[in-house]
Amino acid sequence: MLLSLEPRGQQSRAMLWLSPVLAAVLTLISGSLLFLALGHDPLETLHTLLIAPLSDWYGVSELLVKALPILLCALGLAVAYQARIWNIGAEGQLLIGALAGSAVAVNIIDWESQWALALVIISGIVAGAAWGGLTAWLRTQFNANEILTSIMLNYIALNLLLFFVHGALKDPAGYNFPESAMFGDASRLPVLSEDGRVHAGLYFALLALVAVWVLLHKSFLGFQVKVLGLDRRAAGFVGFREKRLVWFALLVSGGLAGLAGVGEVAGPIGQLVPQVSPGYGYAAITVAFLGRLNPIGIVFSSLLMALLYLGGENAQMNMNLPQAITQLFQGMMLFFLLACDVLIMYRPRLKAGLFKRSSAAVSNEAAV
Amino acid sequence: MDIDLLTNIFYAMVRTGTPLLLVALGELVCEKSGVLNLGQEGMMLFGAVIGFIVAFSTGSLWLGVLLAIAAGMLLSLLFAIVALGFNANQVATGLALTIFGVGLSTFAGAAWVGKPLTGFEPIALPYLSDIPLIGRMLFAQDLLVYLSFALFALVAWVMLKTRIGLIIQAVGENPDAASAMGLPVLRVRTLAVMFGGAMAGLAGSYLSLAYTPMWAENMTAGRGWIALALVVFASWRVFRVLLGAYLFGLASIVHLVAQGIGISVSSNLLAMLPYVATIVVLVLLSRDAIKTRLFAPVSLGKPWQSGH
Amino acid sequence: MSVSPESLRLQMRGISKRYPGCLANDRIDLNIQPGEIHALLGENGAGKSTLMKIIYGVTQPDSGEIVWRGKPVKMRDPAMARSLGIGMVFQHFSLFETLTVAENIALAMGRAAGTPKQLEGRIREVSQRYGMALEPERLVHSLSIGERQRVEIVRCLMQDIELLILDEPTSVLTPQEADELFATLRRLAAEGCSILFISHKLGEVRALCHGATVLRGGKVSGHCVPRDCSDLELARLMVGDAEGLESTYAKVQGGEHFLQVNELSWENADPFGTSLRAINLEVRSGEIVGIAGVAGNGQDELLAMLSGEQLLHKRDAASIRFAGEPVANLRPDARRKLGLAFVPAERLGHGAVPDMSLSDNALLTAFQQGLVSNGLIKRNKVVAFAEEIIRRFAVKTPDAETPAGSLSGGNLQKFILGREIMQKPKLLVAAHPTWGVDVGAAAAIHRALIALRDAGAAILVISEDLDELFQICDRIGALSSGKLSALTDTPSTCQVEVGRWMAGEFGANPSPIDQAAANPAPLS
Repeated sequence: MLLSLEPRGQQSRAMLWLSPVLAAVLTLISGSLLFLALGHDPLETLHTLLIAPLSDWYGVSELLVKALPILLCALGLAVAYQARIWNIGAEGQLLIGALAGSAVAVNIIDWESQWALALVIISGIVAGAAWGGLTAWLRTQFNANEILTSIMLNYIALNLLLFFVHGALKDPAGYNFPESAMFGDASRLPVLSEDGRVHAGLYFALLALVAVWVLLHKSFLGFQVKVLGLDRRAAGFVGFREKRLVWFALLVSGGLAGLAGVGEVAGPIGQLVPQVSPGYGYAAITVAFLGRLNPIGIVFSSLLMALLYLGGENAQMNMNLPQAITQLFQGMMLFFLLACDVLIMYRPRLKAGLFKRSSAAVSNEAAV
Repeated sequence: MDIDLLTNIFYAMVRTGTPLLLVALGELVCEKSGVLNLGQEGMMLFGAVIGFIVAFSTGSLWLGVLLAIAAGMLLSLLFAIVALGFNANQVATGLALTIFGVGLSTFAGAAWVGKPLTGFEPIALPYLSDIPLIGRMLFAQDLLVYLSFALFALVAWVMLKTRIGLIIQAVGENPDAASAMGLPVLRVRTLAVMFGGAMAGLAGSYLSLAYTPMWAENMTAGRGWIALALVVFASWRVFRVLLGAYLFGLASIVHLVAQGIGISVSSNLLAMLPYVATIVVLVLLSRDAIKTRLFAPVSLGKPWQSGH
Repeated sequence: MSVSPESLRLQMRGISKRYPGCLANDRIDLNIQPGEIHALLGENGAGKSTLMKIIYGVTQPDSGEIVWRGKPVKMRDPAMARSLGIGMVFQHFSLFETLTVAENIALAMGRAAGTPKQLEGRIREVSQRYGMALEPERLVHSLSIGERQRVEIVRCLMQDIELLILDEPTSVLTPQEADELFATLRRLAAEGCSILFISHKLGEVRALCHGATVLRGGKVSGHCVPRDCSDLELARLMVGDAEGLESTYAKVQGGEHFLQVNELSWENADPFGTSLRAINLEVRSGEIVGIAGVAGNGQDELLAMLSGEQLLHKRDAASIRFAGEPVANLRPDARRKLGLAFVPAERLGHGAVPDMSLSDNALLTAFQQGLVSNGLIKRNKVVAFAEEIIRRFAVKTPDAETPAGSLSGGNLQKFILGREIMQKPKLLVAAHPTWGVDVGAAAAIHRALIALRDAGAAILVISEDLDELFQICDRIGALSSGKLSALTDTPSTCQVEVGRWMAGEFGANPSPIDQAAANPAPLS
């Protein structure tokens, strides 16, 4: 049977928001089939993945802990992607933020002033922004493709972090483990409640959420970012400054990712370790698209992604399934989303057979 | 430096450059047809894991290679359906493919990490391999490296000398005109994408069956991305892809050189070198925006549909 | 006309084609005889392009029948059309710039091309026979527009051709080049090849064509012999009773110089672009100056200089001045503050962002009109501003939140022009203001421009449409290879003379004005 697509002529606003939901559902269906093929009960597996992790308050608080860095990275990516600046470097910007924050924190372990935390956080944000700024500099000054440079900077950031955690930042009293010393209490993000690990990073995330929302939906700067993304030539003919906007988008993006990184080391982890991030920066790419580059949408998609992380850990512990299930679902979800997005501009129509081909304005056909 | 060290460096340079060469050749054909597939890393990884699992389970290295190629093509077909069939943004679709490929390969290979396998062994051609300096580099490699030489020659010949090459270039430059002329734009592009997938799968299997015969998560370590930069570096010209692949190969084995001349640098810092080199190359090559535009296929990355 | 179907080369019966939201072709009949040059006349959007795509197999009709040499055929694709002997020259050329002339032709011919040597020989032979010089080994991007058209035509002639379709072929040619083309076409017709000539220019249709089919709103509005019809009769068939057909506007002398361009030169680093050479130009407040020229002669570059998309170094700032003030180093927003408004050549993707709403597109250039405070957008004011444009310039749209991309060309152009006029500019630069716009909208746009002129603004119009320029401009000049001719009062020149300027023959031999040709045709 042939599925034919006819142009709607105008984008469907309903599909714009239904498509991510559809993508999530299709991911679950494909996931179930996969589990079935591997000999697991799909319902039980889905329960382990998506429901069991939230069965108590601790689970919910863990969800928030995991969602925070993803949300921060994805908010930043949303700003960059709105300008069609394909920053793939959130992971590296996060790592550099964590690295810089740690470098400061291990040198002020004895401080007791509340400025210690501020200093750590700010150095994380600044370092992340600077790492993003590198991409901006390479792009505006040398016209180097930001996708490739930001990816390369991810690998460089990871190796830098490993270099320092095996070297200068290694805890001298740490039995030669590649870990920094634990931060001083004054440089840690305080925990908000007794029965969980939710920390004051939550306030930063809420602040960032509001700021990005105002930026993208109310401010003229955000308008310029969006015009640049949709139509570079239109932005040029009215005199919006492309280079400044590129810098701005990447600094914001990098700064938020840096905040996410420093929030991890100053929050739940408490020291610098090689595995600061289980790929939060990459997950944020899927999250940003799934949330339609809209701050509110991103809140939901980052919670969903955090749930997948928790579920992945859970499935590994309880069912001996590889934890990579999280990444697998990420990839599937993004794929399905892009495929479903075709429905925003096109209306699907089933056609009975092969013989009555293309009498209407059919431009795209896919065998189903 | 003595001549033995140089001989060894040349030999290792080609070995290290081979996966880059394979992926970059595939991506070159793909981009020439106007499609930007950023999913090379994902397809490579999937090829690597499938190749390893098959070879390990069946004992046949070649069956592993074959199925790795098929695995790469399968993923590229997914890309083609979404990006060409559904006209999705090619950048986003390529990213999705990479994320998916990373997840899929890690998931599939979880039980195979660290298992031992005897991979492809070098086969030295008599006499030729004794030529000083270049003998070992060119004539004492494993079969997959020889295959990469042949594939390079094939791609160069097809792209530069045949009607198929002309058609691919035409489709990549102006799909509307090509379509008006009766060329099957979508079919040409889909096949080009799938050729890219096959090459990425092959490159993956080279890593897991010849270069370092084993499977490890993310063992491609960004080679798929470097290959993408390589195509830019080569300004979409076949012979420069070859040059670039081996230059990058050289950058990845600097530790060998460093050891050879007795310098000790942290391995983490050395590991950054290929990535830093990639950025430097991108900077040098992209500075002149107009020149870059001249060589890049005109409709690269732009969605296209027939009959509007 | 009663002709037996067997003797016709092509017959179309009851062709209909529907696209989402419009019926592009509605039961169209068309007959072409062997050796006939047949005109397909109609306005933008009348359905000409759709019909010719159906003949050439690019799209399929929903209903109706194509009869080729007496036999019904189903035109599956262009390859089939070509195998039957149908060739087509597109308006936007379907050539590959990175390939040579011979490679381009080889691609179209498939296996029939033979070896490169044989092919080159045949290309030379065919191009000489029809008086269209071509060098097969040259890369297409190094060819002029006229030469590219020759490649397209020769490509069709390489095969045994029985019907040649040309889509608005003269829109990219100077009047003199068009005459050369007509000679070639007459020769082809005399050899028995039928020609379908698509155009909206009445003068050339009357000079060239034996018969004509006129389309209006997707339907055939009449068949005629163009030689026996007056311009007005043909125009009525094309546009019905739309107003503005014969508007003539009084020519005026402007006041003070507002825009002064002084010895403006600019070396274009892009090998596909044009460099500007010592351009001098003044536009007075209260006059419209027109610049004619074939596309690719420096229009885009000059426009970018004027809008501020391309900046000059500070030391050259005085080569462009607004009311005496040097501006060539100022960015577009700074120039807007000094009174510039700008209508780019491309409506979608340059003048307006297709995926943004009309109100966002209003904000796009009018952000200096108090629509933003403290960095935040005053949404109410933006919407009110957009609604005011929609009301004053009669833009047909559901509301101000409709995406710009969903408006028709004419409506969007009215919106863009209205947006600029509402900012009360002292200087308006407009590129191809009525390109691809229906007659009603074109007339409205012309009236708006004249009203702005009469309100005292300086206006510069760059267009490829000579009829339009003669209709609305007070003074006129032409660009050729990045050089600008002297500006002349419109009433004291004629289209033939401007045509010579377009070909680069400035001044030198002022020939007597052919008054018949100077009389601007009534349509734009």
